[in-house]
Amino acid sequence: MAAQQEHKFKVIGTRPIRHDGVDKVTGRAQYGADISLAGLLHGKVLRSPHAHARIKSIDTSAAAAMPGVKAVLTAQDFPEIGPGMAAMGELPINPQHMSLNCIARDKVLYDGHVVAAVAATSPHIAEEAAKLIKVDYEVLPHVQSVVEAMDDKAPILIPGLGKGEDGEPTDTNVANHLQFARGDLAEGFAAAEVVIEREFDTSMVHQGYIEPHNAVAQYSSDGQSTIWVSTQGAFTARDQTAFVLDMPPSKIKVIPAEIGGGFGGKIPIYYEPIALMLSKHTGKPVKMVMSRADVLKATGPTPGSHIKVKMGADKDGKITAAEVWMAYEAGGFPGSPVGAGCMCVIAPYDIENLQIDGYDVLVNKPKTAAYRAPGATNAAMGSETVIDELAEKLGIDPLEFRRINGAKEGTAQPAGPKFGQIGFLETLEAAKDSDHFKSELPQVEGRRVGRGLASGFWFNAGFQSSATVAINTDGTANVVTGSTDIGGTRASCAMIAAEVLCLKAEEVHPVVADTESIGHTDMTGGSRVTFATGTAVYEAAQDVLKQLKERAAKSWKVDADKVVFQDGVFTCTENGNESMGLKELAGKLPRTGGPVAGRASVNPRGVGPGFATHVVDVAVDEETGKVDVLRYTAVQDVGKAVHPSYVEGQMQGGVAQGVGWALNEEYVYGEDGCMQNTGFLDYRMPTCLDLPMIETVLVEVPNPGHPVGVRGVGEVPIVPPPAAIANAIYNATGVRMLDLPMSPPRVTKAILEKNG
Amino acid sequence: MHELNYEAPTSLDQAISVLAAAGENGRMLAGGTDLIIQMRAGVRQPGQVIDAKKIPELQALSFDAQSGLQLGAARACCEIIADATVQQHYPGLAEAAALIGSDQILARASVGGNVCNGSPAADTTPALIALGAVCQIAGPNGTREVAVEDFVTAPGQTVLAPNELLVAFQIPAPQGQVSDCYQRFIPRNEMDIAVVGVGSCVALDGDTCTTARIGLGAVAARPLLAKEAGDSLVGKTLDDAAIEAAAQLAQQAASPISDMRGTAEFRTHLVGVLTRRTLKEAAARARAR
Ligand SMILES: Cc1cc2nc3c(=O)[nH]c(=O)nc-3n(C[C@H](O)[C@H](O)[C@H](O)COP(=O)(O)OP(=O)(O)OC[C@H]3O[C@@H](n4cnc5c(N)ncnc54)[C@H](O)[C@@H]3O)c2cc1C
Repeated sequence: MAAQQEHKFKVIGTRPIRHDGVDKVTGRAQYGADISLAGLLHGKVLRSPHAHARIKSIDTSAAAAMPGVKAVLTAQDFPEIGPGMAAMGELPINPQHMSLNCIARDKVLYDGHVVAAVAATSPHIAEEAAKLIKVDYEVLPHVQSVVEAMDDKAPILIPGLGKGEDGEPTDTNVANHLQFARGDLAEGFAAAEVVIEREFDTSMVHQGYIEPHNAVAQYSSDGQSTIWVSTQGAFTARDQTAFVLDMPPSKIKVIPAEIGGGFGGKIPIYYEPIALMLSKHTGKPVKMVMSRADVLKATGPTPGSHIKVKMGADKDGKITAAEVWMAYEAGGFPGSPVGAGCMCVIAPYDIENLQIDGYDVLVNKPKTAAYRAPGATNAAMGSETVIDELAEKLGIDPLEFRRINGAKEGTAQPAGPKFGQIGFLETLEAAKDSDHFKSELPQVEGRRVGRGLASGFWFNAGFQSSATVAINTDGTANVVTGSTDIGGTRASCAMIAAEVLCLKAEEVHPVVADTESIGHTDMTGGSRVTFATGTAVYEAAQDVLKQLKERAAKSWKVDADKVVFQDGVFTCTENGNESMGLKELAGKLPRTGGPVAGRASVNPRGVGPGFATHVVDVAVDEETGKVDVLRYTAVQDVGKAVHPSYVEGQMQGGVAQGVGWALNEEYVYGEDGCMQNTGFLDYRMPTCLDLPMIETVLVEVPNPGHPVGVRGVGEVPIVPPPAAIANAIYNATGVRMLDLPMSPPRVTKAILEKNG
Repeated sequence: MHELNYEAPTSLDQAISVLAAAGENGRMLAGGTDLIIQMRAGVRQPGQVIDAKKIPELQALSFDAQSGLQLGAARACCEIIADATVQQHYPGLAEAAALIGSDQILARASVGGNVCNGSPAADTTPALIALGAVCQIAGPNGTREVAVEDFVTAPGQTVLAPNELLVAFQIPAPQGQVSDCYQRFIPRNEMDIAVVGVGSCVALDGDTCTTARIGLGAVAARPLLAKEAGDSLVGKTLDDAAIEAAAQLAQQAASPISDMRGTAEFRTHLVGVLTRRTLKEAAARARAR
């Protein structure tokens, strides 16, 4: 559904088959674990069995003596990285923490933290050898909840993390506190007819990408190194590895393999520096692949959190004040997405008086990483269920309540800046008009059914991208970018080039290049590729077009501004309107001055934020607490949908993950601080039988900051689902669920308590 | 990783002698959907693996109106659930077997493996207990029979001696108005392990219950027969009050633990829910026969 008047696009907005599709469905695509090289060794790691311990000593002698073992390394074999921040692209990073997360030096901070690595002639030998490494630990008390970790008496993970008033380092697990405030809270709450205050706990969850992390590394004796890896960003992987190994980034070439999902979790590095170091020590290429348990225990899930939301509204339904307190699990090292959570939590609404406090808190769990709209889903669980309750208490329809308060162009965001052209109200309108919203609730025998609604916001990202577009002599084009294709961006980039050059999507061949074959490109994340890399491709294609016009002008002996390009044909506006198709011109290039290639490198600022409104029907078995999702509709302002099927796919994928987060997914830790559910049996992601066909409504409010109107689309669809489902459960049963996941035991307990 | 021998005997005698030669080191392999996973995880490390799938007695699937169903221990679940006789006479067993994993798993997994694996949460075990099934065991000293409820002794352990194997289940023929039902609770809709599983089988004479058996899974260290709960229904009309009383007795028979799959409290609650639901369904099916 297009809410705005359309440009006349020919390729953009159509649904061609993805360029990488055949290789993927026939199994020919090369993922990181498929890479094989002559003389390849296999690396395995030894991981900490403790949540928090000091490493007293490590004895690697027995492992090193095992036949077939070629190297055994501990942190002592890696450069010791000093404290302090560095810049990676536009983002600040902490190389010391990054290095210590890859391999622990003095302390282990979570169950699964790597302490040593082995390279051997087979993965089995490496695994057996790793078991022979003896580590003498002094086990320390651990802390795993943010509330306990913030207590004065809590065990300290990283000493000297805080700064006292005198600037001296202090011992605390609170790595960061940020605050956004404006207006007058007391005044705002005084003006409210109804005030609702609720406290929420959400559990740590994992992205659950199907492909485990991997790396194949080859260190050459001249110090030039190559890494093949499934990563969200070849340059990002290169730069992080360079930091951890204290190498110049130019010494490392990263060749991005195909990727089996990332969702943010494949932005950080884990095995890259270890495999490279093992290769350096053995002189052979080394391959490392994680198991599912490794992935769950020790990569980068998204934080659990403790959240308090207090909001008031007057009798007309206008929100008068909002106070939000959020503490997010950073994991063993600082860096939870609590900042993003603070910027998103009530962003869909125009609120004059607000205070938002966010705390980044260390706990003995894996260091968290990005996960689709990082930080925003936890936050929306709090704010969107409190909004539902406010609307209910005031007797206002929850959709109407959101409309009354909804942000529009010019509304100030929680962090201050004003929104540009956005489509939040349009998503509400489209949700209201959807078949789903207008339908009667389906009835299910023996179950209570209910409908819920929630909205969400994500700002999306810009960042650096490069692209080249080259014309082949047969009149097709190659598009080279440095963006890992996770969500169909080969297709979207090719389509943008095809649009500019009046080619068919199939006539453009998209290539994802390594770090030596394209200009710098930041990671695939922040829903930025079709936006930022798409901008680079657009400009590179325009560059090509400009050169082609010049070439045509030259052969017609006119100035380039006398040549127009329309429908694939160059026409001269002088000399009797001579004309020539792009294909014809392409064939003449070798004899008229040589090949034509365009290039562009960009850091676009006109990012268009994304809004979503979701409607869900659930059936609750009141006796078992089981919640089934009967119908789900995701409405989203997607900007211009370059390839609508892949936009819908992103929305459906986000909802599927959000449903898992809502209902069953959680990290379960035992008393010993070790993770108990380290496989997909007990880490319960939804299966296809747990999801209905997820309906999508695309609202296309073009982003004026992009040449074809693109907004990021991949992240915001994970924001509303838990809150929408919580609201639906309330509608069905009268029980307000405040904790995630809303698993059967919790729902049963809440229902039994309500019924006395 | 360790080395192992694999053999695929084609007769029961051969299997018994390979098993005897292997001693403590031998392990039967049916579908391998438990065993191979346990081997990869290092939980079991047999030196001799003996494939059960090529032994004719272990592939039996035959029904006789007097003696009932002879079900070979290694017969794949996908074939059992597609069998019209099983569907007609033992719908609860078919339900239980159909729950095991996905289509791919069902093509490999056997009911014998499900029971011999000794999991308290195995889906077919409570269904077999409800049906009064008997395990036929063979070893170097001949054969013996053990009721399914006595077969598993503790998590991962059974009455089988290292030199014995399970040949088949003998399941009594339903006489008259008899039927069964199995239900389990899982948080999702597939690919999961029972938080609680309950199998119920009832025989009716008009409105009166003549026998009732209730098997419980995942609520103790081994699958249980909730004997008193079943017996309490005998001679009664299966109305809500009788069913509720039986459900409470089933709850008393359960002694669940709390773990990440459910608290003891939640499991006990579910025993009540599923006992009620399976009894009602089994009774409805029995009436329809
Ligand atoms: C993805 C997946 C999903 C699953 N879902 C379920 C589920 O929903 N419900 C459920 O109950 N189970 C489930 N399972 C577990 C498993 O599939 C079942 O227990 C299955 O019935 C095992 O049968 P099998 O033939 O594969 O046994 P195997 O793995 O071959 O054997 C299991 C054990 O029994 C022993 N054994 C086998 N046959 C004999 C014999 N004749 N005599 C003596 N010992 C023998 C073996 O030595 C081994 O110890 C699942 C497994 C997987 C991998």
